[in-house]
Amino acid sequence: MNARVKFAIGAGVILVTLGWLGWLGATESKAYYHTLAGLAKLKGPALHQRMRVSGYVKDGSIKRLNGKVDFVLTEQGRTLPVSYVGTNPLPDTFYEKHAQALVQGRLMPNGEFVADQVEAKCASKYVASPVVGSRASDPPGVRGMSPAAAAAH
Amino acid sequence: MDILGSFALILALMTAGYAFIAGIVGIKTRNPLVIKSARRAGIALFPLVSVAVGGLLFEFFSNNFSMAYVAEHSSRHLPLVYKFAALWSGQGGSLLFWSWVLSIYAFAVLMANRKKHPELMPYVGMVMAGVEFFFLLLNNFAASPFKIVGEATAGGGVQLLSQANGRGLNPLLQYPSMVIHPPMLYLGYTGMTVPFAFALGALLAKYPGEKWIHLTRRWIMLAWVFLTCGILLGAHWAYAVLGWGGYWAWDPVENASLMPWLTATAFLHSVMMQEKRGMLRVWNVWLVFATFLLSILGTFLTRSGVVASVHAFAQSSIGTWFVVFLAILVLVCVLAYVKNRDYLKSDNRLDSIVSRESSFLFNNLVLLTAAFAVLWGTLFPVISEAVQGSKISVGPPFFNRVNVPIALFLLFLTGVGPLLAWRKTSFESLRRNFAWPMGGGLVFGAIMYALGYREFYALVCMILGAFVVLTVASEFFRGARVISAHSGLNFFQSIGRLTARNTRRYGGYIVHVGIVLIFVGISGQAFNISKKVDLPPGSQTKIGPYTLYCQNFDTVNGPDYTAERATIEVLQHGRPTMMLFPERRFFPASGVTETMVSTHSTLARDLYVVYSGPNPQTNKPVINAYVNPLVKWIWVGGLVVVLGTLLAMLPSRSGPGPGPLQPAAAGAASEADTDADDKANVLEGTH
Repeated sequence: MNARVKFAIGAGVILVTLGWLGWLGATESKAYYHTLAGLAKLKGPALHQRMRVSGYVKDGSIKRLNGKVDFVLTEQGRTLPVSYVGTNPLPDTFYEKHAQALVQGRLMPNGEFVADQVEAKCASKYVASPVVGSRASDPPGVRGMSPAAAAAH
Repeated sequence: MDILGSFALILALMTAGYAFIAGIVGIKTRNPLVIKSARRAGIALFPLVSVAVGGLLFEFFSNNFSMAYVAEHSSRHLPLVYKFAALWSGQGGSLLFWSWVLSIYAFAVLMANRKKHPELMPYVGMVMAGVEFFFLLLNNFAASPFKIVGEATAGGGVQLLSQANGRGLNPLLQYPSMVIHPPMLYLGYTGMTVPFAFALGALLAKYPGEKWIHLTRRWIMLAWVFLTCGILLGAHWAYAVLGWGGYWAWDPVENASLMPWLTATAFLHSVMMQEKRGMLRVWNVWLVFATFLLSILGTFLTRSGVVASVHAFAQSSIGTWFVVFLAILVLVCVLAYVKNRDYLKSDNRLDSIVSRESSFLFNNLVLLTAAFAVLWGTLFPVISEAVQGSKISVGPPFFNRVNVPIALFLLFLTGVGPLLAWRKTSFESLRRNFAWPMGGGLVFGAIMYALGYREFYALVCMILGAFVVLTVASEFFRGARVISAHSGLNFFQSIGRLTARNTRRYGGYIVHVGIVLIFVGISGQAFNISKKVDLPPGSQTKIGPYTLYCQNFDTVNGPDYTAERATIEVLQHGRPTMMLFPERRFFPASGVTETMVSTHSTLARDLYVVYSGPNPQTNKPVINAYVNPLVKWIWVGGLVVVLGTLLAMLPSRSGPGPGPLQPAAAGAASEADTDADDKANVLEGTH
């Protein structure tokens, strides 16, 4: 057997192993992204998948309870009660006004979303606010950037 | 100054366009005057873009808040050093910074080679001018940092709306390593343009031999070390500032910087195959192409917000520009390759599976697999949305499952590589060279196991890490012994001479040791512990070997913030060790609250304490405490990597007398010589 064939076999074994590990890791951690509007339309098994949902944290809705933090996500008039049960402290940006949050976890039968992971960013902070030519009519993007911010570029 | 800056940018755009077109004309007509003029235009980009950068900086220093970019990213009381940092803290400024750094590289490359390589340099200049042209297009039309805040007046003019003060730099970015992290990363990303320009240029010119590789070796190492620093500083910032106890989250923006690093690392290794054995020419050219394309992709991911990320800073139309640019680049690379691929024929084939060549092949295989997995995982939401219509993301378990075994396999290869000879290694010599380091690694592993280091991957990491360090040590030892025997120098002088004589090889070994230290630091993660407790004054809690005793809980005022602060005494085995002051700062100007982590860091472990505000039910302060073993080794390892790389970039000094290359004296190490700089006739000499 020449060296090239041996190398090809070795490479094949490595790639198959890594592919299998990747598949395992993906099934274990994959999450379906939904907007609040999209979430309302889900039915059947899709309701039980792990998912990521984005929205704005409703002002004044954050309640710290023992071992969890409850808050309400809102976007375009829709709301979703969320209960964060993760152990890491919530990011600072989460507590700011009009903070955007991306929650990851599962939807419970009672309509509450139990999140084990929360990412947040403050929409106004990283991008410019309205300057010349602001198009206030732009709808919020899928990722929910505020219209003013999206228009700045 | 904003008008001067804007004009400088327009002029720079035209100059870059000229340098690109004149470059093509010069190559076609071979007219030396046109070639010279194209080169000078390329050189002129640096002063032009510098004027624009200077103009923007001037606006920052003079607090001109009628400029949108300044108003958004600075404030009157921002410390001077952060006004510099504010330059690259937003979209427009950081893309201007990209153009500027690239113009510096172009300047350096064109000046250094202005009298050399007349066949190749026009191509290199043309490629760099083309890339610079794209970024200047963005600076001028898509994301100008020189926009002003104003409103139209009735007469058709514009009324400036100057604000009394800016909104200030995001407090999260007001941190020392955040000042140098973006420039480092950009120097890395941008620096990949240089090897790309040489590779594409050499392919287009069918430039003979492996010369372009020698010409670009130091450039790619420079870009690589900048990228390494940038990644580690980013990790350090995430760890020290963000307050979640970790340093790497497989976030799209982190991944974006890791991908070109992986392919560039693969190139730094496989390039030796081409130099020594004339193999892998196609592969190497594509590795350089891929590294550059991934750098552009990284900038695109960071700048366009196409993949949702905690720190994808901006969402904007800029994505379209990048997609078009990437498509053009891929097309150019493919066409150049298809047209001139006969130029890239290999001289040799793989002789044996147990050889240096094959260790490099496996190294490249897994590095590329890692890069591919990271790319796939990062873009999975985009891919799945295009294919299935639903956006699916994968999390850290995916990345860890694939990359941890790859990292350990690479560690194994790092140890084995130097023990293998080019072409073919006998099992006998392998066993002879293998026994000691591997035995040492196993003994070390047993000690760690006894000390409680009992997690599979972490333990394997320790064993392989010790194995690599021992092989590197034995390489230094054997080489130094030979030199010492011939020259009469003492052992340490011999090590110095050995290293000076072949900086590339021994610098590379030092880089390997640094990587081992980083891996050791990462492996400590398996033993992290964390705890969240109410800790009112006078109470205490235990975590790991520490007892945290809360002494006090008060409010302090800083220059532009007020902070709630906990005063915590740390006791280790009952003895007072350290005072920690975790804070929560509130910045009224921007309305931002920021956590200030307090850490007690030793080589064995970090104690990392976060004050997360009062518990609303009990009104007692809540403390999040983490014990993270071995984290410090990551930063130490990073420093070793940088030093090793700098050493490897120094020119080797040829010394008199026999080196460690003599087969009889140095055993397998001599067969296995990697030294391309000395280019001793190793192949003829030893086989």
